[in-house]
Parts: sequence; structure tokens; C-alpha cells
Amino acid sequence: MSSEVFEPTIVAYCCYYCGLTAADLAGAMRLEYPANVRVVEVPCSGKTDPRVILGAFEGGADGVYVVGCLEGDCYFIEGNTRAAKRVARLKALLDQIGVGGERLAMYNVYCSMGPKFAAIASEMTERIRALGPSPLRRGAAATAGGGGGDGSAGTGEGSAQS
Amino acid sequence: MIVADQKPLEEIYAYLEDNRRVLIVGCRECVTVCQAGGEKEVGLLAAALRLKRQAGGEEPLETIEDCVQRQCDAEYVEPLKEAAAGVDLVISMACGVGVQYLAEYLTDTWVVPALNTRFGGGSVEQGVWEERCGFCGDCLLDRTGGICPVARCSKSLFNGPCGGSYDGKCEVDESIDCGWQLIFDRLKSLDRLALLTEIHPAKDWRTSRDGGPRRVIREDLRT
Repeated sequence: MSSEVFEPTIVAYCCYYCGLTAADLAGAMRLEYPANVRVVEVPCSGKTDPRVILGAFEGGADGVYVVGCLEGDCYFIEGNTRAAKRVARLKALLDQIGVGGERLAMYNVYCSMGPKFAAIASEMTERIRALGPSPLRRGAAATAGGGGGDGSAGTGEGSAQS
Repeated sequence: MIVADQKPLEEIYAYLEDNRRVLIVGCRECVTVCQAGGEKEVGLLAAALRLKRQAGGEEPLETIEDCVQRQCDAEYVEPLKEAAAGVDLVISMACGVGVQYLAEYLTDTWVVPALNTRFGGGSVEQGVWEERCGFCGDCLLDRTGGICPVARCSKSLFNGPCGGSYDGKCEVDESIDCGWQLIFDRLKSLDRLALLTEIHPAKDWRTSRDGGPRRVIREDLRT
């Protein structure tokens, strides 16, 4: 394979109360984690719409993960458990699509877990790096500038649709 | 409501063949409530089909998304003619009625279903739907305490439970309540068990699946 290190694009949908706070803490603690991860705030992990996640892949993400509160500790009681079920269903769908369910993950953190947030970012980056570029990128390259669906990037970054 | 669920993605994808431009139409009634064919599901299916096409390295798929108030109503289906004019394929995310309405009105376009229409029923808990009506055309719920033996008894019996009723459950599956146990318990709780002693003639099934497509005609409403 090429000696060039593949730098994946990864989108992390982080709930406002724990995931995002943990990300903030990781920053405040000056912890280093891969710059491949784009953090997107969502009001609750349960608000992460499957269309938004597919939109992220369509918009060029090689991997996506959702970060919610610890189990039993969701600010909205059970948003994180609902998110976990939706992520599980979407992983199966991604397998059917041919993207691969292993490119999507769900994590749970508490707001004080800055170091864990950084570790998750590294873990996910390594995982996606090992998997290589998204099949969507390879598919798009094969059709030479065919361009996927309309407005995909907008959907991908549309986390604010609350 | 009509309860439906989505067909496997592979089956829907196979409809596409080498078509480039598809219109995916949802319905805002029953299938929105059972989360099988509403606006969200249209968006999700459209994205899934686009991504699958892209992942396979094939020519990109252009999807046009729409969701009408009711696919079983000409008033809402007719305006789709314009959107359907330039597409290769229309995928309906409504029940079988909606698919047929689209096929009837979009005369020049191939229309295919994305859902399997399952039954007439309702939600019993979040994410679970259950059959309640067998559409027999001659309702007898007045005699059975509002519990339908056609739909709720696995054998659609009319004369009480069979020998497969055990501890209030059906022999077909332990998760199924015995319809006749439910009827008995309900009548007992309302002190109407005497209803079960009434003798009724055999049910007239001609109002059910018999005699071709059924019609309801209201002369007072016709134009």
C-alpha cells in the first residue's frame, strides 16, 4: 500500500450536556487529539437524526460517531439509549448500502471525561484510518466527478435542525 | 390505521436498474404515524439509495423527494404529475392503496412500492404495532366487548377459544394473547357474559374478500 498516511474525515455528533462538555474539557486540559475529528453540537444524542448521519457520509465523512451521556445519566432521561438503538439500526443500513457499519459508532461519556473524549477521538481515527477512505469516495472517484445527491453537504452539517 | 413496514433495501434498490432519476413519494397519513413512509423515511430512503449507487461506483442517482397529504386521494396525487414527468421511476412509500393511486394517475411512469402493507391496526407501545381489524365488512364488535375475533383470534373463531388457549395465551405464539380469553375477560368485567349464550347464524363472509373489489357508495355524496 501507499506509504502516505490516510487522513480520514470524521464527524462527531456530541450532545450538549456531556459529549460537548467533555470535548471542551479536553481542550481546556490541553489534551491533544487528532484534528481529523469535526465536532458538531447536538442538543441531545437522541436528536441525531439518521438522515443527518447519512448526510455526513454523503458529504464526505469517512467515519461518524455519536457521543451521548453515560447510560442512565442522560439529561433527557433516555435520549442516549434511543440514540444507541438508532445507531445500531443505521450500522445495519450502512452495511446494506456498502459503506460499512463499522464506520459508525456510539460512545457514552460524562462531562468530566475530557481524557476519555480525547482517547475516543484517537481510537475512532485509528479505526477509520485502518479501514481506509469511505467507499463513497472511491465510488465517486470511479465515476469521475459524477457528484452524489443534491444538497448532501448541507444535510451532513445540518445538526442544528432541532 | 394501515400499518406498513419498509421492504429490504436490496429489494428497493433492485427496482432502480440503471435509472438515473427517481421520484420518491411519501404519505402524511398512516405510514407517517407508523414511521414507514413519512417525510423522514422518504429522506432516509433517498439518501440510502444515492449512497448505495455511489458506493458501487455507478452513475449517480438523482432523487426527488416529495410527501403528499394522502396518496389515496386523487386531489393530492394529481399535482405529482408535474414532478413525475421527468423521472425514470416513481417509488411510493405509501400503503398498497397509495401505490395504486400513483400508478393510476401517473400514467406514463413506472411506479413501484417501497413498503409492504401489513394490516389494519394501531400502536400498542412505542415502536410496536398490532393488528386490530380484519376488514371483514360486517362488524360484530358489539357482541364481543369491542375485541375482534376475526383479527385477534389466530383462527378467527366465532364460538370461543380453541384447545390451544393456555393461560390466556395463544398456541400460535406465547406473545399473542388469546383473543377469546380477552373477549371473555372483558365481558365478565362488564357483567355481560350472557352475550356469549346468544345464538347467531354463521357469519356472512360475502362482505369480506368475496365478489371482487369492494365498494362503498353514498348516493347523497355523489356528484
